[in-house]
Amino acid sequence: MESVLGRYRNLIILVGVLFLQVLGLATQVKRGGNDPENTRLIRVWAVDAITPFERVLVWAQNGTGNIWHNYFYLRGVRAENRQLKDQIEQMRLEQVRLSEDAAQARRLQSLVAFKEQFISRTVAAQVIGSSGSDLSRTIYIDKGESAGIKRDMAVMTADGIVGKVLVAYASVSQVLLISDQSSGVGALLEKTRLQGVLRGTANGEVVLERVMSDEQVPVGETVLTSGGDQIFPKGLPIGIVTKVGNGKDLFLNIKVKPAADLSKLEEVLVLVENKERQATAEENVHIRASDILAQRLPSVPDKPAEASPAAGTTSGTAEGSTKPAVAKPAIKPAGAASTSTPAAKTPSGANSVPGAPASGISAKPAEGTSAGTPVATSAPKKSSPAAGTTAPDPKSGPSSTAPASAPPKPAQPSTPPDSSQPPAGESSPQ
Amino acid sequence: MPITYTSGEQVEVYRFSIPVTIGVPLLALFVQAFIPLRFPRFAVYFDLPLLVTIFFAMARRNPIAGLFTGAAIGLAQDMLGHNPIGLYGIAKTVVGYGASSLGVKLDVENAGARFLVTLAFYLIHSAVYFTVARGLVNMTQNWSWLHGILAGLANAFLGVVLFFLLDKFKQRT
Repeated sequence: MESVLGRYRNLIILVGVLFLQVLGLATQVKRGGNDPENTRLIRVWAVDAITPFERVLVWAQNGTGNIWHNYFYLRGVRAENRQLKDQIEQMRLEQVRLSEDAAQARRLQSLVAFKEQFISRTVAAQVIGSSGSDLSRTIYIDKGESAGIKRDMAVMTADGIVGKVLVAYASVSQVLLISDQSSGVGALLEKTRLQGVLRGTANGEVVLERVMSDEQVPVGETVLTSGGDQIFPKGLPIGIVTKVGNGKDLFLNIKVKPAADLSKLEEVLVLVENKERQATAEENVHIRASDILAQRLPSVPDKPAEASPAAGTTSGTAEGSTKPAVAKPAIKPAGAASTSTPAAKTPSGANSVPGAPASGISAKPAEGTSAGTPVATSAPKKSSPAAGTTAPDPKSGPSSTAPASAPPKPAQPSTPPDSSQPPAGESSPQ
Repeated sequence: MPITYTSGEQVEVYRFSIPVTIGVPLLALFVQAFIPLRFPRFAVYFDLPLLVTIFFAMARRNPIAGLFTGAAIGLAQDMLGHNPIGLYGIAKTVVGYGASSLGVKLDVENAGARFLVTLAFYLIHSAVYFTVARGLVNMTQNWSWLHGILAGLANAFLGVVLFFLLDKFKQRT
């Protein structure tokens, strides 16, 4: 007997070790399948051993990157700054339109006692590690229970959702990505309003399941969260449909490209507080498009002189100055107004400071007056999403065709030369 | 540690210092978890903990040491993921045992032998993982020969380079 044990000692030990591990696996499967919370005490050792090094390395890497980007690599920053300012201008206009829509929606929701969900608090976290295996698509972030993070909290970036918190340790958390095959997210197609379940596959792809095969789903349609999973609030972007095919059991097989780049995550937001409240119409927070535009765009003089090519652009002088401004080209894009010249040179330059009215422009025109005419002298770019909502035809305003060298006009309220023309984009009269 | 003989040829048995025994597997786990943040395909094709398991098992030429090394590294790798603990543990236990048993019988010091051994053990590791994951845990797994062979070749290339570097830490018994 002893000789047999001695002879097969290695094999017996191998079988014993394998048996123990199989037993452990079976216990885990019986207790709760893939739930890592059941083995938290064991996992915490490995996490504590690895994540401090990852945290230090990420910190050092970011520090080096910051020194490089903040001090050495500043090429093109000026141009980029100009471009971003243009973008801000366009987004402000878009924001005005959206806030009007939102206010209208709130009014309607309050009428039917609708309860809305909103994200009240998020925690920004840095991605410091991954599972290191394509069979477990998880990442580690540098915030844990000490930052208020708990299990099943939604994780997202500005582009779209990323996943949910699987395990929250003291100072780190493990996040299950939406591309993992064990994840599931309630999803909704933006235009067709079809609902389904978003799942990851073994290959790391993301598919939308449970959409009946007799439905029409166009490629390119945006997929949003439906809120049905009680983890992600409704309406967060998930991605876009890239391929639609027939799947199993009368359902479509819809492939989705996540909006957030799951392979290059650096910083994420964890939704730590998500409240539900009764929708109320907030009457006092309305900002009309005309108010914003009046603050941002040059005014038009009361009496556009024939000699003035651009009343809007030449009416302003530096505050207190009595000298006439130098004649400038009349038409200037709204975006460009923010980019360069200070108020002393051109009135439109004053618009580069958001919220700071240019001299000679009333901060808030009276109702009925509109920014429609001023816009005529500074039509936004065609590509601007707000273009259709804020910019009337440049030809409609007299200032766009007015000749040059108009005398300067001191500060006074802007009045539309042609008050019969309503400002485009004024969708909600107060 | 005894010096074993194979076909009349002396095969040396090596040992490693404690810092190397602990530090190298930990470093492999750390790198395996960190690099995919910058290069996402790394985790799809490379398995550094597996290469370290094969190296230690072949250098020690002791099946029991090999299987325990494989079990420890595999279980640690399992702990970093979210799948049940033991999937990598079982697969790497088998690889550790096999690599050290092979190391007793064959000279696996040259680059060609290392390349082939690593390729073979990568496939064995994948097969064991696939079997356990599907059979015991009921996970959805897709087997792809193309991916298996490509990843095996990639690991074999990396293994040859890595083993050459790790040879510096070997201590003769």
